[in-house]
Formats: sequence, structure tokens, C-alpha cells
Amino acid sequence: MARLLECRLNGRDRADAVADNVLLLDYLREKVGLTGTKTGCDGGECGACTVLINDKPTLSCLTLAVTVHGKRVDTIESLGVDGQLSAVQRGFHEKLGSQCGYCTPGFIMASAGLLRKNPNPSEAEILEALGSNICRCTGYVKIIEAVKFAVALNAQGVPP
Amino acid sequence: MNKAVPAHNIGSYVPMIDGPEKVSGRAKYTADILQPGMLAGRIYRSPYSHGEIVSVDVSEALKVPGVMAIVTGADCDKTFGVLPIARSEHPLARDKVRYRGEPVAAVAAVDDAAAREAIRRIKFTVRELPAYYTAKDALAHGAALLHEKKSGNVERDVLFELGSTTQGFAEADLVREAIYNCAEVCQNQMEMHAAVAEYDAVRDRMTVHASTQVPYYVHLMLSQILGMDMSRIRVIKPHVGGGFGCRTETLNIELIAALLARKVTGTVRIVTTREETFITHRGRPETDIKLKMGMRKDGRITAVECDCDQRGGAHSGYGVVTILYAGSMLYAIYDLHNVKYLGRRVLTNTPPCGAFRGHGTVDIRFAFESLVDQMAAELNLDPFAVRRANLLTAPTFTDNDLMVNSYGLPECLDWVEKESGWRKRKGKLAKGKGLGMACSHYISGASKPVNWTGEPHATVKIKLDFDGSIVVLSGAADIGQGSTTILAQTVAEILGLDLARVRVVTGDSEVVPKDNGSYSSRVTFMVGNAALDAARNLKAVLVSAAARKLEARPEDIECLGEIYRAGAQDKGATFDEVVTEALKDTGTITVTGNYSTIPESHGGKKYRGAAIGGTMGYSYSAQVVEVTVDGETGVVTVDKVWVAHDCGKALNRLTVEGQVQGSVWMGMGQAMSEEAAYHDGLMVTANMLDYRVPTIQDSPPIEVGIVESNDPHGPFGAKEAGEGSLAAFLPALTNAIADAIGIRFNDLPVTPDRVFEAIEKRKRALEKLPKKNGSM
Ligand code: FES
Ligand code: FES
Repeated sequence: MARLLECRLNGRDRADAVADNVLLLDYLREKVGLTGTKTGCDGGECGACTVLINDKPTLSCLTLAVTVHGKRVDTIESLGVDGQLSAVQRGFHEKLGSQCGYCTPGFIMASAGLLRKNPNPSEAEILEALGSNICRCTGYVKIIEAVKFAVALNAQGVPP
Repeated sequence: MNKAVPAHNIGSYVPMIDGPEKVSGRAKYTADILQPGMLAGRIYRSPYSHGEIVSVDVSEALKVPGVMAIVTGADCDKTFGVLPIARSEHPLARDKVRYRGEPVAAVAAVDDAAAREAIRRIKFTVRELPAYYTAKDALAHGAALLHEKKSGNVERDVLFELGSTTQGFAEADLVREAIYNCAEVCQNQMEMHAAVAEYDAVRDRMTVHASTQVPYYVHLMLSQILGMDMSRIRVIKPHVGGGFGCRTETLNIELIAALLARKVTGTVRIVTTREETFITHRGRPETDIKLKMGMRKDGRITAVECDCDQRGGAHSGYGVVTILYAGSMLYAIYDLHNVKYLGRRVLTNTPPCGAFRGHGTVDIRFAFESLVDQMAAELNLDPFAVRRANLLTAPTFTDNDLMVNSYGLPECLDWVEKESGWRKRKGKLAKGKGLGMACSHYISGASKPVNWTGEPHATVKIKLDFDGSIVVLSGAADIGQGSTTILAQTVAEILGLDLARVRVVTGDSEVVPKDNGSYSSRVTFMVGNAALDAARNLKAVLVSAAARKLEARPEDIECLGEIYRAGAQDKGATFDEVVTEALKDTGTITVTGNYSTIPESHGGKKYRGAAIGGTMGYSYSAQVVEVTVDGETGVVTVDKVWVAHDCGKALNRLTVEGQVQGSVWMGMGQAMSEEAAYHDGLMVTANMLDYRVPTIQDSPPIEVGIVESNDPHGPFGAKEAGEGSLAAFLPALTNAIADAIGIRFNDLPVTPDRVFEAIEKRKRALEKLPKKNGSM
């Protein structure tokens, strides 16, 4: 059965008729066309599909679309202001936290969620926040550098 | 006078030029392609490991509302495969199925739900045959054959002896033999396999988007499988989410998508599940190695005898090449003579293996460096001293005719020895801690490509027009390693221009020159050299135009990037003015750059297949790994890794570091946790929880030292950076564990279970010993 889903997606209000069993991930990618959010596994194992729901990093592949009714959903496409990259995006780009880029939206959203809650995380807090995201390219060393760089940029006023 | 100076980028830290797309979600991967009316494709896979096909009944499946077409083996009698000598695979099984998960039929439907429902209704009947899940079982006398022409289920055996091992062992002070087993591992790249095929029935044209490392090979195989002229096919490679070798051959997915698209005369997208991506496999085979080595008291290796069995899976894939690499790449790292190699590539009822990062070299290197370490300890020699006692002197040719021109291994050894504090710290760490080291190497592209056509190895085009932007056209497949960035850097450097002026167009067969693809670390070396050639040709065009404009001789023109001038006093002409002048001759300027390897690099003929291993330049790596072993739980923690990689010249220090760290880390996964396991031929680890790759919390700091040996043939002196550092991690780890707890692990992965069991076993053995006074 379909029902009305109203949410604030990437800063804009939106209303769609969505079937009960549609995953948030598929709603975003296939229905809205926001393909920045990635599918990396058969459910809950990789973090590639991470989005923010009311600022909290959430796996969109384990979330039914209808459950975000009345909530704020932010995807990778929402980041950055005035066409400029956000602090986390710049970190991943400039410090090579992203190679093939496939895990990147998930890592960036998990990092952005962390910085929104805690603008000055310790290394242990960074590792914990990214502990359920898998990257197969980088060995994570430069991902950690990327997030630390983002923390510094954020401190200078660049939004996360 | 103008103060312009040419811009330089080579050797600096350059973020990838396609980074902004990747960090903003704008980069499109194959599964991101959405088209109106596009159908969803799904594959029905064999639940049997080995059987003769009796029937594939799709009648009920066709009745599912929304199902538009179904294809089975009956729709295509052609075979495919990456090696022209071993094309045994059908996109959809015919006559026989040979592994659990082999594609049997495929459905195109209006949506995924309908496609899945149809898959559930397919009835598949086989006459089951005995199935073999280990190399040993498949080799057993009287075993049923997987492929009629492959007697004994041996895809290929290799035997060579160069020098005399009998004599070599006689000269040794110590001879040791050991047995090693490395589990099968999968690339498990983050993007699952996907293909979008679009058939235009009016023009009889096929367009396929594929998540591939080798668009050209996909093009060839599409033509073969569809029976379509190559000129009617277009292959597009969008952004690719990693490959690590599993996409270096055409996969059944892109072929099946095309068969479906033609049958429905429309567009079909197949996005596989993670489980299917695992089952499509093409990873590193399970490998059994028996290695015997002779060593003198001074550490010189006098002879090596190596037996290697690879469980190749149900089809050849790259198998013949893999088993040859394992033998040939015993060489070109140390000064080795008296070597005997016996390799067997075995066909089994498991998914086909392929060319995983470090292709063919990794498991052998693990065994070799482990045994060296063990023997060094017995002879009371420092592991570094043993490596130094066996160094090559470049330039040289090895006994199997591999050409070594640049050799930075000595500097790699020096760097990791110093940075890790080896001399001060080795043997003096706290209880449960240990240090281990090892070396490895890799090729910069195979000097003879698998599809030998006589063309140059690489071709790059550059276009320059009225707008003054430099457009580089290349077929090189960027799969995240940053090849597009390297090409832009190369061209910008030669022309002295800022990177912002350069754009790179790749990945569309309609536009770009053919390229063999991204594998065996060939791109930077070969395509890089072609880009260098193209850029120099363009520069010559611009210099002669500038000479005309400035009324000077071309040899007096100085190119400062944005300014061309004739002598230091000349005000010169701007780049735009020079371009305008140059266009007067020909209109749009296009130049070509080519690269071909030299015959001396093609390897030898001393045994069949001896060309495998030949390359223009070998990379070298040395590593030190520091571990802590928890004696109670068996958990091994890697505290830190120091790695030095000789990449000839780091064109981009940022991406070299990233590649080296990624390789080391991937080696860590293989060494410590990754294993493809089967139950009755069903891969039971086909998900990311059971196939355990290290998380950010398991991963150590990896400090990278870049060694630049300046290869005489590499572009700006560069060699490969993306594979050679993987292999050394494995033995460096087990050597470190041996240092920490005195137990040597010859079977991978070294999981906590295995370590715990070994520690317990030793405890029990010690308890049984009669106690001696004062000693344990
Ligand atoms: S897609 Fe892998 S966790 Fe959601
Ligand atoms: S950048 Fe490729 S998986 Fe993370």
C-alpha cells in the first residue's frame, strides 16, 4: 500500500506517494533521482548508504522511506554552500580521503553527522563514528587525515 | 619583458581532478544511470555445483506480469574469456553447469520485484555430476572432468628449471623446506557489478555501460557473444568504484545485459547484489605452495625449488597467466640462480578466479619471504642482511630473461630499517610485541599484452581548439587509482600550463582511442608515456606557430606555459595568441602520442610462457610491521607499518601514498581476516560480515617512504605504485608474529582462532615436557 510521505529533503519540502515497503535508499536513488547515496551491500554491512535523518547518521538501506515522514533528511547532495565544497568534502578531496569515490558519500555523511554534533572530536571519536563504514581503496589513513582537516576548516568557519 | 614562468606539478601533492564530483555525489557510476523505460535485469544462478543441464523451464516465469524477456543458454552458443587460448565460458550456461552461482538464465522486467518473482519460477533440472571443491580432489585419479579437453582437470601446468638446483643445494650451508597455504580472497570492491545495455533496433546498435577496468576487452567480447560487428557497439565506462583486478576481464554480467537488451529491443540495467558480486569472483585462488631453499652462512640463496597449486575455479579466466606469473616472478627481486618451478592451475567446481591486485605474485612472495626469515633466524643472520646479500645490480637480465633497469630495493631497505628503528628496537620490545620485515615487487604493465595486435601499447590524443583548452583523449580506465589525474598532470607539465587548462575525456569508445585497460599497473607507465609523447608533439606545433608569430627560429622559442617568447628580452606572445596562430594552418589541432615497449622487455623463450613477467620496469617495496599479540585471546594488533616503495619517480606524491597505503592495507586483509569459504560449493562468506575486511578501527598507521630510482624508460622516470607493496605485508606480518611469540604461521589468514590454537598447542606441549631446573 502506498501512503503520503512528507519530509524536508536537502532543505526543501517534498511530498510523494510511497509504498510501505520501499527503502529510504531506493526512494532517494530511484524515485527522487539522488544517486549520490550509494548501495554497497545487501543490507547494513558497509555504510555506503549513510544519510542524515534529523542530523543523525543513519543507514538508508535499513530504513523504510515512510518512517522519515515529518523529518529532515540530508544526503551528500545537500552539502556545501554557494557551490563551494563543505569542510568535510574539502577534507576528502584535498587529503585524498576518496579514491574510487564509491564509499565516499557514506563516509562524508557519517563525518558531517559527527561534526554537527561534536565539532572537536578526538581521534578515538572519529574512528568510532566511522567504524561501520567500509572503504576498500584507502586503507583509511587518509580518511582520518581528511576528517582532521575538516575539523580544522570547520573551526575556521567552513560549514561541515 | 614578461615574468611568466612555466607551471609545474610533477612530484607534488595534487588532489585528483575528478575529486569534486566524487565528494559531492555527482560522480555517476553504472548503477546510477536512470533512463525512462529502463528495464530491470536479474540473473537466475545454478544451485548445483556440477551437472549436465536437462532443462531450463521458463514457461511459468514468463507468465509473471511485467516480465518482458528471458534469455537462457539457448540464446547464445558463443564463448568468451580474456585469453584467446582459453575462451571456455558461456554468458549463460549451456550443456553443463560447473559452479554454484553460474548464470543459467536472465529476466528483464518492468521492475525488480517482477524480475525477482520470475527468477523464483524458473525450473532448472540437471543430472548431477561429482563436484570438486579443492585442487586435491579435482586432481584425484579418475575424477570427472570439468572441461572435456582439460585432462586431469589441469588448466595448465608449468615446469622449468634454470640452472641446477642439485648443484645449488649442494653449495648451501642450510637447506629447508616448508609448506604454505593461502586462502582464496576476493577483491570485494565497494561498487557491486553493474551494467546498462541499450539496444537500438532501428540502427542495430548496442551501447553498454559497464563497471569495468577493460572497456576494450568488453567491446571485443560483446562483439563475439552478440555476433555483432564491432563498429555497431559502443562501450562506456562511467566512474568505477574500485576493481583491484576483478574487472580486468569481461564479466558475464555485461554480456547478459546486452543479450537481454537485444531480445527486448530496449534498455536493461543489471545491478547485482553483494552476494552475486562475490560469486562472480575473479579473486586470488587458494594456493598451496611447497618451497625449498638453500642458503649459505652469509645469507646468499643458492637454490630454490617451488611447487605451486592454484585452485582456479570452474573456468580459465586469467588462470594460465596467474600460474605463470607465480613462477616467473620468483625472479627480478633478488639475484637468484638455480631455480626450479612446478606450477599447476587446477579446475574446480568453485567460481572462477582472476587477476587480483599483485596478480600471481602475492602468495609465492609470502612463502618465499617467510622461509627466508625462518632460515635467517636459524643462521643467526639479520633479515635485512640476508636481503642485502642477495641484491641485484641493475641494469641486468635475470636467468628467465626479465629486464631490470632500475632497482630501488636497497634504498627501500635502508628507509624502513631506519624509520622503524629496527636496529635499536628489534629483539628488545616488550613481551608479546614483535617486528617483522619483508620485500616484494611488481611489474609496470605486461610488455606483451594478452591481445597482441601489433599496435602501439598505448595511444593518447590531444585536441586544442579556439577556446584554448587542452583536451586529452584517452581510453585509460580510471577506477579510482587516479590515472586521469596523472594524464592531466603529464600534459600540463610538458606544456608548462596550469592543470586548470587541461581536461581529460575517457571511457567512451565512440570518442577516445582504444586502450587495453587498467590492469597489471600498466597505465602510468604506458599511457603516461603516450601522453608524454602527445604533449611533446603538441608543444612542437605551438612552438613553430610562436616562431612564425614572433618572426624567430623555432629553436629560439622558449615556452613558459602561458607565454612563448624568443629570448629573454622579448615580450613574447600569449598562449592564446599562439593557439590562434597555430589554428591558421589546420583548424582544430589534434596530435597523437604513442608508446610501445622495447623487444628486450618481452621476456624470454626458455620455457613455454616465459614472456609472462616481462615488463619495462619493476617496482620494489620493503616493509616493517610491528605487532602486539595477545597471548590470552590470540588477537593480533598491527601497531604500525613502515613501507618504502620504489615507484621510479612519484608523479603525484598524494596518490602514490594513497596507492601504497591501500595496497598494504589490502595485504593486511588477506593476511589477517579475509577468506572465501565454501560449503558444498556455495560461497558462505558472500557478504561483508562473513568476508571480513578490516575496519577503520582495525587499521594501523601506515607510514610511506617514497624511493625514486628514476627508471630510464618510465614517464619522468616513473614506475608502478599501486600493486607492488601488497605482497610484502603478508610475510612481514607473520615474521613479526614469529618475532613476538616464536610461532610461525604458514597458513593464511592468521585469524585469532589460529593464533589462539597455536599458543594453546604449544602450552600443552610444554606442559608434557619434564620440568628442568631453572629453565622453561
Ligand atoms: S548499503 Fe551497505 S549498509 Fe546500507
Ligand atoms: S574510495 Fe574506493 S571504496 Fe573508499
